[in-house]
Amino acid sequence: MNETIVASRHTRIEGESPLDAVSFENVRYSWPGVSPFSLAIEKFSLGREEKLLLLGPSGSGKSTFLSLLAGIVTPREGRIDVTGTEMAKLSGARRDRFRVDHFGIIFQMFNLLPYASLIDNVLLPLRFSRTRRENALKEGPIEDVARDLLASLGLDETVIATVKAASLSVGQQQRVAAARALIGAPQILVADEPTSALDRNTEEVFLKLLFAQSEKAGTSVIMVSHDEGLAPHFDRVVRLDDIAVSSRGATT
Amino acid sequence: MMIFRLAFQSLLNRWVTACLTVLAIAVSVMLLLGVEKVRTGARQSFADTISGTDLIVGARSGSLNLLLYSVFRIGNATNNVTWKSYQDIAKMPEVSWIVPLSLGDSHHGFRVLGTNADYFTHYKFRHGQSMTFAAGGPFTDLFDAVIGSDVADALGYKVGDKIVVAHGVGSISFVEHGDKPFRVSGILAKTGTPIDRTVHVSLEAIEAIHIDWQNGAPVPGESISADAVRKMDLTPRAITAAMVGLNSKLATFKVQRRINDYPEEPLSAIMPGVALQELWGLIGTAETALSVVSAMVVATALLGMVTMILTTLNERRREMAILRSVGATPATVLGLLAAEGGLLTLAGVVAGTVGLYVGLALLRPYIDHTYGLSLAIDPPRADEWLKLGLIVAAGFVAGLLPAIRAYRLSLADGMMVRV
Repeated sequence: MNETIVASRHTRIEGESPLDAVSFENVRYSWPGVSPFSLAIEKFSLGREEKLLLLGPSGSGKSTFLSLLAGIVTPREGRIDVTGTEMAKLSGARRDRFRVDHFGIIFQMFNLLPYASLIDNVLLPLRFSRTRRENALKEGPIEDVARDLLASLGLDETVIATVKAASLSVGQQQRVAAARALIGAPQILVADEPTSALDRNTEEVFLKLLFAQSEKAGTSVIMVSHDEGLAPHFDRVVRLDDIAVSSRGATT
Repeated sequence: MMIFRLAFQSLLNRWVTACLTVLAIAVSVMLLLGVEKVRTGARQSFADTISGTDLIVGARSGSLNLLLYSVFRIGNATNNVTWKSYQDIAKMPEVSWIVPLSLGDSHHGFRVLGTNADYFTHYKFRHGQSMTFAAGGPFTDLFDAVIGSDVADALGYKVGDKIVVAHGVGSISFVEHGDKPFRVSGILAKTGTPIDRTVHVSLEAIEAIHIDWQNGAPVPGESISADAVRKMDLTPRAITAAMVGLNSKLATFKVQRRINDYPEEPLSAIMPGVALQELWGLIGTAETALSVVSAMVVATALLGMVTMILTTLNERRREMAILRSVGATPATVLGLLAAEGGLLTLAGVVAGTVGLYVGLALLRPYIDHTYGLSLAIDPPRADEWLKLGLIVAAGFVAGLLPAIRAYRLSLADGMMVRV
């Protein structure tokens, strides 16, 4: 459907921060608790409309990294800017608002409210984010926008009409999750191993359709995975070990 | 609004447990309202037992005691009223009518009441309803008896049957007035009052069956036959109590005072309504206990609901993480669960209330016939609406319990889905 992935690849200009969707600077985070864990990231950035693959084996601090990125946890030191805003400075509720305004999130699996319809699942972020609701409304009535998005992610009419999301296959569910993450054109799409439950072919089709839509919406993509085979689909590949120092069992 | 829709859909997804919870709340609400209905119904039935009687006169005793033995056939008289006193009261200018009551005998556990034919015209129940005969008519002969409908049903009597009255009021009596049997002359229609469980005979008959008795036992060798007794003077020497109707209600206190101050014999005159109030005061504690128990049942049902929501909470962490990831604040998650508790309780309250009225409509004729309890089908009173409102509010508050836990979990989990 879209073979222009390579063509759309843009060149990153290092150090030009206003272009960055996300930037980390001297970030230190530690989790005290029973199993102390700390993560330090000196520098990391995600460009606007960039598609970045973050590689790391499990247990390397990927979840913590994503939590920091989405402002679920705040760093002990340093700063994280998302489209020029330091999320740590926002109050809890405003951070929740900011998150839904700027991030679309796809989990590894179980992304959908099983009892709600597909359309309702896709429309969820619009109920919490006015910005994204207005963005979506520019394209037409929101139900139609959701339906079009689902269709362009490769779901046919009969599937879209499904009353309960629980009856979909995993591949179909991930497409619905992708539609939800992209509706209303958020700046950043965060995906945590979204294809780990899919076979190689389905995975490839999924990524192509996903990127076609993310480019259309002008959304940056950061995907976390342990699968190096995904690298060709992305603009840039970063190994978590290269940017972050993590340690377990001792507090810094 | 969206919060309510999501809460509703989430509940639909767990409809079996949700339905059971709603059912438990509904049953508890039915109980709570039902107890109230039966309570007011019972009060009404008591109040309905006697109507149109201004004063009840008996030997000096507590007013409640007098009311209970004369009208409800509960307990026994402490003393009798002499026939002379009875006649003196009857002669008072304010007295419109007076009906004598003579108790003390029984028939298979049913009380025997000696009275006169005026009883059937002056005794009123349920807002002035008069007794009617289902079969036969009032007594015409000395040894005629009119029985209540329960007596007829329980013992299978028809008009014309012979019955023997026993001395004393126990259900098993060893001393019977076997030499002077009665003939059933009439059977009264069901009234839902103690009349249904009474055997009525004439005052003269009471006198006749005791004429050869002394100190509560037949005098040996002095037996007088039923035929011989007809020729004797059967004017009663004493009665147990009397019901009095006055020409004007305004004179009630005056007449009451005059009877209470009657110089020749210590008498009590009571107003049935006032004595009933005393009765309510007495059984109020039991009623309160019933209300407390039904309130506890409601509390138990709400606890069950909290348990249900709490147990599903763990499997719903994913749902909450999803909601958090699309921008729901922890406060929204809190609201969602509180709304769930509120919705369940509301559904339970509505179902319980509807269930109660449907049940009432179906069972009312049966309850009325069997227990003489006339339950009113009227809309909930202001205090009942208040109770229902409080239950729904309590449901919301109870929903907060798991909601606060969900809030904590949601804060701790962030948007990371734990499977």
